[in-house]
Amino acid sequence: MLDESKPLFQAVAEQIEDGILDGTYAEDDPVPSTNQLAAFLRINPATAGKGLGLLVDAEVLIKRRGIGMFVAPGAREALRQRRKFAFQDQYIAPLLREAAQLGITPEELAGMITKEVAR
Amino acid sequence: MTAISTTGLTKRYPEVAALDDVSIRLEEHRIHGLLGRNGAGKTTLMQLLTGQVFATSGEMQVLGGTPVENVEVLSQTVFIQESQKYPDTFRASDVLRIAAGAYPNWDQAYADRLVEQYRLPAKRLIKKLSRGQLSAIGIVIGLAARAPLTFFDEPYLGLDAVARQMFFDDLLADYTEHPRTIVLSTHHIDEVANLLEHVVILDQGKVLLEADTDDLHDAAITVSGKASAVDAFLAGREVLERKALGSLATATITPRDGDELAAREAGLDLTQVSLQALFVHLTTANAASAADPAPSRAAA
Repeated sequence: MLDESKPLFQAVAEQIEDGILDGTYAEDDPVPSTNQLAAFLRINPATAGKGLGLLVDAEVLIKRRGIGMFVAPGAREALRQRRKFAFQDQYIAPLLREAAQLGITPEELAGMITKEVAR
Repeated sequence: MTAISTTGLTKRYPEVAALDDVSIRLEEHRIHGLLGRNGAGKTTLMQLLTGQVFATSGEMQVLGGTPVENVEVLSQTVFIQESQKYPDTFRASDVLRIAAGAYPNWDQAYADRLVEQYRLPAKRLIKKLSRGQLSAIGIVIGLAARAPLTFFDEPYLGLDAVARQMFFDDLLADYTEHPRTIVLSTHHIDEVANLLEHVVILDQGKVLLEADTDDLHDAAITVSGKASAVDAFLAGREVLERKALGSLATATITPRDGDELAAREAGLDLTQVSLQALFVHLTTANAASAADPAPSRAAA
């Protein structure tokens, strides 16, 4: 459920980000509390809190004192932009590396992508 | 505030130093993991911190005082021991009744609920209980006591997977509702790793590592990929472990700034080392360094 290759609090933050990107948490909606996250993911509340804290620092979430954390206006679009930027590194670069190793030319690769999209 | 601090704490038995120059600091209202192989000194440390055995040398502060013959500290402490002995004539219900009188914050309704949940046969003689049922008694007492300082020494021996998960969930839920300092000793690390905020790893009586679990990615990372690229990446660095299979290699190292970028450019994968893996690396390296005190270094 959580990406185990990363520090746990980062994986928690990414899971909330995924929820914002896929619309589970709409803008201005509340996100789960530290304690709800800790119980659901079976992790230490401090770790869950640190994950949420990362998103507050990145202005993805807004903290409303005494009420909870809410998705910031514009957070979804901002996340999309940030993930697009990372997409090149995380997906395209390894794809090209593997393709080169297999002797697949960029043209062949483009053809494969077009074919897959059409499926 | 600090719940427990020790400086140079040492416990020597005629044959062996069970605890050797241990200096740790455990903050209050956290869940601390006390990790180590069998015989690492975990139980001895907890016995010292609860005033059950006396230190050979060193200092310790527990809840602002010494635990030794100190009612003020001990009344706020519960210690669930792995090998707790009970009188032969006792039933589970007798033990729970005594515990109810012994701990000032005891919650009887919660204890009753836990007894039912763990299916404890309260009327049965203690000596007729299984290992798992004995562990369940300890869990009920340790949780329902709600002591500001709670020690669990290998609390789930003999419990099946369902009951262990139940314990982790109960511990987390009750800790969230009633924050307190919890010290959990275990050699089964993977199952509890995510519950811990801070860990102390003991080996042969010494502290191998003390860190917040969120900072452990600063302690070790694994780099993997083509053996030639991995070896180039390792040049001149201290290597905790290196394994190779054919043209692929994976190595565990202490990370440095800029590793992420360098690994990506070299086409290598960087992953965080799990607490369990780090534990194995550290304790294995420690055993090896007894024979060869110089850490291994990759050729520059």
